[in-house]
Amino acid sequence: MTSFTLTMKRIIFGIFIIAVMTLTAVFAPLVAPYDPLEMDLSPEGRLKPPSPEHFFGTDNLGRDVFSRMLYGARISLSVGFIAVIISVCIGILLGGLSGYYGGRVDALIMRFVEVMYCFPTFFLIMMVITFLGPSIVNVMVVIGLTSWPGLCRLVRAEFLSLRERDFVSSAKVQGIPDRRIIFRHILPNAMAPVYVSATLSVGAAILVESALSFLGLGVQIPRPSWGNILTAGKNYLDYAWWLTFFPGIAILLTVLSFNLVGEGLRELLDPRLRKRK
Amino acid sequence: MKYYIIKRLLLTIPMLIGISIIMFVVMHLAPGDPTSMRYGLNPEVSQGARANFNRMYGLDEPLHVQYGMWIKRLLTLDFGRSLIDDRPVIDKVASRLPATVLLQAVSILLIISIAIPLGAAGGLKRGSFFDKVTTVFVFVGYAMPTFWLALILIFIFGFKLGWLPVSGMTPWYADYLPFSAKAGDLAWHLVLPVVTTAFGGLAALSRYSRSSMIEVLREPYILTARAKGLSENRVVFVHALKNALLPIVTILGLTLPALISGSFIFETIFAWPGMGRLGYEAIMNYDYPVIMGVGVMATLLTLLGIFISDVLYAVVDPRIRLGGE
Repeated sequence: MTSFTLTMKRIIFGIFIIAVMTLTAVFAPLVAPYDPLEMDLSPEGRLKPPSPEHFFGTDNLGRDVFSRMLYGARISLSVGFIAVIISVCIGILLGGLSGYYGGRVDALIMRFVEVMYCFPTFFLIMMVITFLGPSIVNVMVVIGLTSWPGLCRLVRAEFLSLRERDFVSSAKVQGIPDRRIIFRHILPNAMAPVYVSATLSVGAAILVESALSFLGLGVQIPRPSWGNILTAGKNYLDYAWWLTFFPGIAILLTVLSFNLVGEGLRELLDPRLRKRK
Repeated sequence: MKYYIIKRLLLTIPMLIGISIIMFVVMHLAPGDPTSMRYGLNPEVSQGARANFNRMYGLDEPLHVQYGMWIKRLLTLDFGRSLIDDRPVIDKVASRLPATVLLQAVSILLIISIAIPLGAAGGLKRGSFFDKVTTVFVFVGYAMPTFWLALILIFIFGFKLGWLPVSGMTPWYADYLPFSAKAGDLAWHLVLPVVTTAFGGLAALSRYSRSSMIEVLREPYILTARAKGLSENRVVFVHALKNALLPIVTILGLTLPALISGSFIFETIFAWPGMGRLGYEAIMNYDYPVIMGVGVMATLLTLLGIFISDVLYAVVDPRIRLGGE
């Protein structure tokens, strides 16, 4: 099997899983068999193991775990996507400015990137979320604001080589304003590594969100997120394995899919790798 | 070489200042403050008493003045005192530092000793069954929510099988044990935290070793070595592996921030008495001086790791060493 077909298989598998997750998340109200917040506190309704009525069992308050997972997917995926959109915007802007203008602008932005690189980022995220109060919006914004440095470097490197090309000189000679050259002329040619990095970052952002929820700093109960379903389940590890098992698998599978697509894209878009195929 | 090391060391100072400024600003601009955290709506504490508390810790000064005071004290290695128990921050951090350094050092050793052979072997026998298995492992390792892994390990090895301790570093009776038993007990407590800490880094590093090996095997000097009629072992271990390890040294430095970030989660899960947990507790208590202390210490550890890996890189790669003169 050539590496090309292997890459394609990985990408298709990843996209398939992401599509399923996204669709079920979007249509959660239609798909979910139960109300995710509806409790059944009777002894026989609580902590029921997986069965045809409750695919993933019920939790300590008798809520249907499958329905909660569907609604939780909304949180995890939207945190992933929105955080990455924020970080891509910052990364492109700073990376573009840095690579296009060079000199002092570049030096300043790159020092800032280095500082962010060595930062104990998770510590900063924990601190900000604690102080601002845990909420889904805060989590998205803070993850987005702290995860752009890698992307910024990639964009800068692309800009550094692209700005020497003839079409840029020609645009400059025509008197096209810098803003337009950066965003209309150079940026479209610099997007390949951005797509790769952004796809991988979605997975990373979902992991950070779930870790925050695990520490009680993510989405607040009773709203379900994969992270907080898992956290609530950790006290029942001994007799209700399904409470921790399914959210964990969902996180793993989703992050894995984004990584497969991202790595696959990297291989398809990297000309060095393409030649060797 | 000496010039290179001094240059690198000097570069860490502005980094440290930059990071401390960001932390300081974020911390103080955020809503909530230590005084109301401590006394809340307690009617017994008058406005005057609150103002006194603020004045005592300099919390009533403007932000840049507070930062200036903090930096000035830092130059004499004085991180201030904890707002919670009034102990010097430096003592609090110092008492927690060894546990974190121990955990991280053992994890890094484990990562190096497993990931490099694993990745290099995969790169060498590209497309083999072994390579496929390790590739799957790498992808899963990347995507694994490590706190989930920690829970599973705690459940299986701690509760079901009862083989390994699941929390803490030293039990209360450790003081009564002879030294050898103490060390053994410590190693026993290290197993689960180290495995979870190392897991993520393992995937990253073995992936890089693999691609680095593949890259190197394509080089003309490998063809030359083969054409000279050298034994395959010599080609692989002397010519290829040595060169493949070069970039790995840098990657190792770059995984450090991730490891340190992880310590904030894992130390909380495993009740490991290290800096990560201290940081978590300090954040929960709005203990500004301790937060700054932990942040600076975590950054220092990261910078130190990156510095060491840069120097190692210069040691193993003459191009950098000589370029720096």
